[in-house]
Amino acid sequence: MRIARYECAHANNKFMNKKNKKLALTGGAAAAEALKQIEIDVMPIYPITPQTTIIETYAGFEANGEVETEMIKVESEHSAMSAAIGASSAGARTATATSSQGLALMHEVLYIASGFRLPIMMLVSARALASPINIHGDHSDVMGCRDSGWIQLFCENGQEVYDKTIIGMKLAEKVKLPIMVIMDGFNTSHSVENLEILETKVVQEFVGEFEAISPLLDTENPVTYGAVALQNSYFEFRIDQEEAMKSAEEEYEKIAKDFEKISGRKYDIFEEYRLEDAEKIMVLTGSAAGTAKVIVDKLRENGEKVGILKIGLFRPFPHKKIAESLKNAKEIIVLDRAQSIGTYPPFYSEITKSLYEAKEIKKIKSYVYGLGGRDIFQKQIEDVFAGKIEGGYIK
Amino acid sequence: MNKELAKYYSAGHSACAGCGFPAIVRAVLGELKTDVVIANATGCLEVTSTLYPYSAWKAPYIHNAFENAAATISGVEKAYESLKKKGKIRKKIKFIAFGGDGGTYDIGLQSLSGALERGHNFLYVCYDNGGYMNTGNQRSSATPYGAFTETTPTGKESFGKIETRKNLMEIVNAHRIQYLAQANVAYLADLKKKAKKALETDGPSFLLVFSPCTNNWKFPTSQYVNVGKLATETNFWPLYEIENGEHKLNFEPKKITPVTEFLKTQGRFKHLFKEENKPHLEEIQKLVNEEFARIANLCE
Amino acid sequence: MAEHGAVIKHDQEKSPKTGAWRYMHPEVDKEKCIGCATCVPFCPDACIEMKKHKEGQRDKADIDYEYCKGCGVCAEVCPIKAITMKKK
Repeated sequence: MRIARYECAHANNKFMNKKNKKLALTGGAAAAEALKQIEIDVMPIYPITPQTTIIETYAGFEANGEVETEMIKVESEHSAMSAAIGASSAGARTATATSSQGLALMHEVLYIASGFRLPIMMLVSARALASPINIHGDHSDVMGCRDSGWIQLFCENGQEVYDKTIIGMKLAEKVKLPIMVIMDGFNTSHSVENLEILETKVVQEFVGEFEAISPLLDTENPVTYGAVALQNSYFEFRIDQEEAMKSAEEEYEKIAKDFEKISGRKYDIFEEYRLEDAEKIMVLTGSAAGTAKVIVDKLRENGEKVGILKIGLFRPFPHKKIAESLKNAKEIIVLDRAQSIGTYPPFYSEITKSLYEAKEIKKIKSYVYGLGGRDIFQKQIEDVFAGKIEGGYIK
Repeated sequence: MNKELAKYYSAGHSACAGCGFPAIVRAVLGELKTDVVIANATGCLEVTSTLYPYSAWKAPYIHNAFENAAATISGVEKAYESLKKKGKIRKKIKFIAFGGDGGTYDIGLQSLSGALERGHNFLYVCYDNGGYMNTGNQRSSATPYGAFTETTPTGKESFGKIETRKNLMEIVNAHRIQYLAQANVAYLADLKKKAKKALETDGPSFLLVFSPCTNNWKFPTSQYVNVGKLATETNFWPLYEIENGEHKLNFEPKKITPVTEFLKTQGRFKHLFKEENKPHLEEIQKLVNEEFARIANLCE
Repeated sequence: MAEHGAVIKHDQEKSPKTGAWRYMHPEVDKEKCIGCATCVPFCPDACIEMKKHKEGQRDKADIDYEYCKGCGVCAEVCPIKAITMKKK
């Protein structure tokens, strides 16, 4: 929601390589650009708003011979993910993209992708779920599959989408788990930003070549994917998945550090914005974080000790590090762009768990905002900081 | 163990004694001239061949879910195209998907249609045992009219399944693929010939193969070949193929056997032989005659 | 350590020996068997091989009892009834 920030932050970047391009791109096109540079082998796609900026841009690359990717224009998202699983288990670097109902339709096979330990890259342009049907941004879709065994990485803006697609691909292939790189539907996917694109050669060296573990196409060494595992073995496979997911936190940090070396852009597991002496900390993610940063800057000028903890890596959830980061806060305000109907919203649940585990008792408030693309304004965030909005919803 | 037959699909699988599909799988794979990758929809074949820690598959094999064997093999095939283009693979590989009638006629129909329309280089084999046998005999759109299943039980108000079978051959043919055929496990020479043609096809091909189920059709374990033979001899399951749009009948019985000869071999049709169900038997004979005449007409 | 992604490899050693399922077992009368091999491809468990019986004769059907489930299909399809199902 706030576009200018990154341009300012990186305009005088000492890492700015002269060969790096500055391009005005939508978040969706930024993702497509990253995928092109990574060199995706197979990309099964199916249209859904607001994800289409990604696949249309990529189809344009294909039409102009800029990529060698085999795009499969399938007949549903379920088949998109199914074909992605086929391609990835065959030994191909595989990506796809979706939103909302499409992600919900994939739900069944998301678990199969992670169970097979396939490093599939999926860009999600996060959108509300029906019913009522709504094409605009919120995080209901990605929250609906937060237990599916996929790494989930949130982005604030187009630059982050580009960068985290590159980081994410390397991370997924390192820990052998599928990953969702998440942008806010429309807010990010359709907003044009001026962003910095790395040299393709640099990206390719960074990500490296994809080496599949047990590719189906290695017909000399035949393997069976998708065996039946019952009471005596299923449990162990699930534990393995949990261990792999846990390892993703540390691996992310290493990869993000390396990425900083090539780009000058730093992506911690979560972003601490003016937290050094903050007494009131707002936790949120996505495009709204940009808006909130403006307010924090303003309140800081007035001497208020406020800051932001912006969630990046959501699965695995960095409980210990977050509790550590929040330990000096006097008040925590958690903003979720999704509900978890029947219980507390997702971020709020996680944060309270982080604090509980760390034996920190804090004043903590929960708000839900932005459902179905409802805008959140600077004034509202200011009112939330001031304690003027009660009732749990920022409408 | 017969090493030649067990080249791709070995013994030690846990399909029922006297099951029909293993012979289908082996007959089809026996016609391969290249390496292969196999996809399999959830179902009897999948469950009984991959029970951890044993896999009966000596060829690369993937079971993804129930409804997506065709989409899965699409992804594998495109991965092959991609890696071949990049020079990472040189050898020739053929792609085969197996599914039961539930995974093909019903839940997997959309995925199959998409893959056929996109023209992937693969053979899809549907082994048709006329119902959801893996889950204990529920009706599918391939279950014949009048058959007892656990979801079309007979009762005071019911003579079994009231709907006729979906015509999958017509649906697949509507995709105008180069080669498709209806075959029967009881006619292995015919099935092999068809598998050979299907595997030689550059692009999608399709085989619909009759696969009697001892457990849920309720006939003795020794009888699947006999039951299969009667299905074709009575014209209940005609053998035909469609090659480049040309229909060809592959078997015409010298004398037509009444369909009751086929029906009476199986417990699932037992109730139809009660006096009050006579009209349904007549209806089945009429349906069989009409469908055979329609196919024969197309083959002229 | 569980297999990565539950991806497994064929290993005949790990197979259940399905011969244990058997109630009746097929017996081939090798003198009667004409070596036509009709039974071979119909066996659901690939348990029949044509093996040398006597010099100068065609190979005869031979059953692998380790995997034979005793379904009786071979006996049923034998054109000259050289295979019979017997109880132990």
